[in-house]
Amino acid sequence: MISQAILARLDGRGRIFLGVILAALVAVPVLNMLVPVGSPFHVPTWLVSLMGKYLCFAILALALDLVWGYCGILSLGHGAFFALGGYAIGMYLMRQIGPRGVYGNPILPDFMVFLNYKELPWFWYGFDFFPFAALMVFLAPGILAFVFGWFAFRSRVTGVYLSIITQALTYALMLAFFRNDMGFGGNNGLTDFKDILGFSVQAPGTRLALFVATLLALAASYLFARAVVTSKAGKVLVAVRDAESRTRFLGFRVERYKLFVFVASAMMAGLAGALYVPQVGIINPSEFQPGNSIEVVIWVAVGGRGTLVGAAIGAILVNLAKTTFTTGALAPYWLFALGALFVLTTLLMPKGVIGTYAAWREKRREKLALAANAAATPAE
Amino acid sequence: MNQRVTDYLLYLDGVSVAFDGFKAINSLALTIMPGEMRAIIGPNGAGKTTMMDIITGKTKPDDGDVIFNGSVDLTQLDEADIANLGIGRKFQKPTVFEMHTVEDNIRLALKADRRVFTTLFWKDSAGEREKVNRILATIRLEHLREANAANLSHGQKQWLEIGMLLAQDPKLLLVDEPVAGMTDAETEATAHLLKEIARDHSVLVVEHDMAFVRELGVKVTVLHEGAVLAEGPLDVVSANSRVIEVYLGR
Amino acid sequence: MHLDWKTPVQLWFRAGFQALLFALFLGILAGSPAKAGPLEDAVPLFAADSFADTAKALDLVAASGAAHAGPMLEALVDRRLFVSADKKLFFKDKAGLAFDGLSGEKLAAEPAGGAMVRINNRLRGAIDTAVGRLTLQAPDPVKRRAAAEAVYKTRAPESEEALTAALKVEKVAAIKDIQQMALAAIVATAPGKADIDRLSAIEILRDRGDRDALTPLNSIPESASADVKAAAKAAAVDINQRLALWSGVQNAWYGISLGSVLLLAAIGLAITFGVMGIINMAHGEMVMIGAYTTFLIQEVIRQKYPALFDYSLAIAIPLSFLVAGLVGIAIERLVIRHLYGRPLETLLATWGISLILQQAVRTLFGPTNREVGAPAYMSGSFKVGLIDITYGRVWIVGFALVVFFAVLALLRFTPLGLQMRAVTQNRRMAASMGIRTARVDALTFGLGSGIAGLAGVALSQIDNVSPNLGQSYIIDSFMVVVFGGVGNLWGTLVAALSLGIANKFLEPFAGAVLGKIALLVFIILFIQKRPRGLFALKGRAIEQ
Repeated sequence: MISQAILARLDGRGRIFLGVILAALVAVPVLNMLVPVGSPFHVPTWLVSLMGKYLCFAILALALDLVWGYCGILSLGHGAFFALGGYAIGMYLMRQIGPRGVYGNPILPDFMVFLNYKELPWFWYGFDFFPFAALMVFLAPGILAFVFGWFAFRSRVTGVYLSIITQALTYALMLAFFRNDMGFGGNNGLTDFKDILGFSVQAPGTRLALFVATLLALAASYLFARAVVTSKAGKVLVAVRDAESRTRFLGFRVERYKLFVFVASAMMAGLAGALYVPQVGIINPSEFQPGNSIEVVIWVAVGGRGTLVGAAIGAILVNLAKTTFTTGALAPYWLFALGALFVLTTLLMPKGVIGTYAAWREKRREKLALAANAAATPAE
Repeated sequence: MNQRVTDYLLYLDGVSVAFDGFKAINSLALTIMPGEMRAIIGPNGAGKTTMMDIITGKTKPDDGDVIFNGSVDLTQLDEADIANLGIGRKFQKPTVFEMHTVEDNIRLALKADRRVFTTLFWKDSAGEREKVNRILATIRLEHLREANAANLSHGQKQWLEIGMLLAQDPKLLLVDEPVAGMTDAETEATAHLLKEIARDHSVLVVEHDMAFVRELGVKVTVLHEGAVLAEGPLDVVSANSRVIEVYLGR
Repeated sequence: MHLDWKTPVQLWFRAGFQALLFALFLGILAGSPAKAGPLEDAVPLFAADSFADTAKALDLVAASGAAHAGPMLEALVDRRLFVSADKKLFFKDKAGLAFDGLSGEKLAAEPAGGAMVRINNRLRGAIDTAVGRLTLQAPDPVKRRAAAEAVYKTRAPESEEALTAALKVEKVAAIKDIQQMALAAIVATAPGKADIDRLSAIEILRDRGDRDALTPLNSIPESASADVKAAAKAAAVDINQRLALWSGVQNAWYGISLGSVLLLAAIGLAITFGVMGIINMAHGEMVMIGAYTTFLIQEVIRQKYPALFDYSLAIAIPLSFLVAGLVGIAIERLVIRHLYGRPLETLLATWGISLILQQAVRTLFGPTNREVGAPAYMSGSFKVGLIDITYGRVWIVGFALVVFFAVLALLRFTPLGLQMRAVTQNRRMAASMGIRTARVDALTFGLGSGIAGLAGVALSQIDNVSPNLGQSYIIDSFMVVVFGGVGNLWGTLVAALSLGIANKFLEPFAGAVLGKIALLVFIILFIQKRPRGLFALKGRAIEQ
């Protein structure tokens, strides 16, 4: 029943997308665990983790597409929500180190001992308990988004102004997290993790499990986003995007719709960050860099804004390109390529890969229909 | 609080607003009775659109009373509140949701709970479908139900917007230049449609097209420099020498 | 002179102080010609081998003003001053080389039968005084000043006499001031002074007192009367108030200086964003290009025409404007033109351009900081009241204001400015009046970029010239423009200065980083309260 309800909300594109996720869900563990190391089909653990990282970015891109693609809110600060989710899980992972740190303090993480903390700061309480940390993964970015959005949307800050202040927001957070006395490890951030839920974060099994969890989270995020955009509320969001004041004159409280979608999106970004941190093994303030958040925008733009699937694909494509570029002799040219990607996508392919393809197919279908009509007319 | 202050559906008195020293509305007084249809005419810059902005909450007046339904002070409310009170507005430039289908445009406008979580879990119903069909029939866009609003002609967009107004089922409709850019036949049909709507709604129409205003055959208010210059039947008003001087031309 | 030696520690201090003065001194007097007279008279006195005569002799030496008087006195302290068998005065340096006591010239060989001139503790004190006087009256004003300041800091009572002597002959007012302060500090703190002298000394300290004057005022000896102590306390309170006032002035100046930097970075943006509505995320890179142009010009001048070095910035100003302006025009023609009416896309595309420009500069010039030197007229500082003001900052503040008013005038009084305003207010109308809007767009954008280039010239003087230079200013610049009110140059001026000043006043309380965060949060909240900035235009047309 439920699965039918879900399928009813999917378009062809979404079904393919979920199909691919399902296939990966089966194939990757098999290729990683069961296929012997020497085989050309073996997927090594580092590759599993790398793909896991891309999938986290895909979730982040979905989150941004939900606000930008469907509601026209170009957030240049989604990296901040991502990082907050990451810090929440990072704090859990720090507490799990326990006495195994360099200084062997059972309560205080190493950096606190180093910085002469005498006791755990109050905001670290509870983070040794996974369900609490998991809750904070959503709450921390959610509350920030709520407070920020409450003020911003109520005062009708829109368009580029909103973009600029979201950028200022993540910039301010970056400066704050760089400070040692914030209690989040300052410059170095949180790292040297040992266990997650009792399993070593380095163990291949854990890495595979994290990958699978990320795949499932991506599927869930996609279904959630899809459910939102296909609901009547989703139509209101698009209405807000295209004619905000008209929507208001119809009696919709635009600021509440924006707040809802902004908070939901921030929580998705937090989830992405929380899955990202155990897989890369570190979270530090550079994740707040304004540049990072803008890069997320280009993933969405490349894939196709307002298509959800396109955002996820864009994130994977661009990061694949980034890895290819930055690990070889081409490294100095990556920023040229990324810059060109920004310019060319906006100039030549504003609808992104998916959007351009869809438009091309639509045109072809129309042409075929016209031809069919023309063929049918004389017969009448 | 809810005591009725006036019997008027809409009551404006002493309303003024200035933009950077320029008085767009200057001590304006205007009343609409329930069920009344009124045409507003006046030269460019007379303050017609600004008056609509004030009634619908887009612009806050510097001074004056704007009372709806006898007791509600509109100056304290925002656009969404005012819309939900039952004041609908059609813009000068047709604004419909271009990326939505004609049907979705009507559905969005349909009178219903506008809260986020009810729309999130909204389900289609037979009653709603019925209402949408009726409106589509009224505005003669049934055949374009699935078309994107972006693909409509100018006149069709004007009609769609009127349809959206109908779907809102407001007590008062503010209609800004409904026939701008329409052919004569379309203009006539629009006048007919508005008259039909006016049977069970109060309507305030702003229009330049004198033929159209004559077609409506209702009381006319002439605005000039943000204040009422003359009021009455079109024949009387158009004989007024001041009106001729500032608006109709000699 | 009454000497009052108490402890070995004091002796230590004195020895150190003395060495300092000598060190200062060695450099100064070298080169000035030896005069005949007092030195000749001193020789027999040294030879007499009595402490009283030696005291007279060293006074003569000190009064001689000879170039080698300092080294010779130092030699006396270190027991390296001798009278030879034929009654010739000579001294040895630390390496053991012998010098003539009259001429100061190096001797080929050490004269035979040299008898050391002996000294006692009492003489040591006298030598110190003599040395102090020598330095206090040194011909070089810089050294005189340093000597007076050193006395002011140490308040050594035995310098009093030397100081009084120096005061009589001092011509330079600024140095005279310091000497008076030093004298007052000594009188206020030295033991055994009359109340009336102390009181007037305290008054002098209070009237011209800075932070250093607090130390003598807090070190009034126990033996002083209650009146004196009370006066000292009151004077200290006065000085503290004045210090607070001046630190406020200083913060304000730093703030204005920071504000002018912000202003320079933001004026260009006020044109491209404020007037044209283009979100140019590569604006910071235009600043960077200006800075690198300055660097290149200076390199060329350094290598080919070193004589022109002082003019390098003057040459860089028009060239940086041109280079950044042309790059800006190229960007407008190639990219931005296609994105008019799509501000969010413009933002993304220009961000891409900023990445490309940064990486291009990194490839051409390397990722490290490049140094741009300051011309002579921009280095150094002067004092206003209690604060130091560097010339470099004064130039930048002046430059920012000049650029600001030039832009204002350009927009208001030139045909190009008129066309720019026409196009931005009503593009279609302007086009139908025969204005070539595309050309005006390109020129306006070029102007904004060129001004960013000018900012780069100024920033090359106070910031690291690196590929990341622009990035650090882009968010600040946007904040300034948005805070001031888009489309309003005066708003940009007020916003830049007030943000600069607020930043500097917050810094002492919150630290630099927290202060900056506080300001960002403030602006974020402010924009929500007044989405169109401080000086927003109101009206129907604006909202559409």
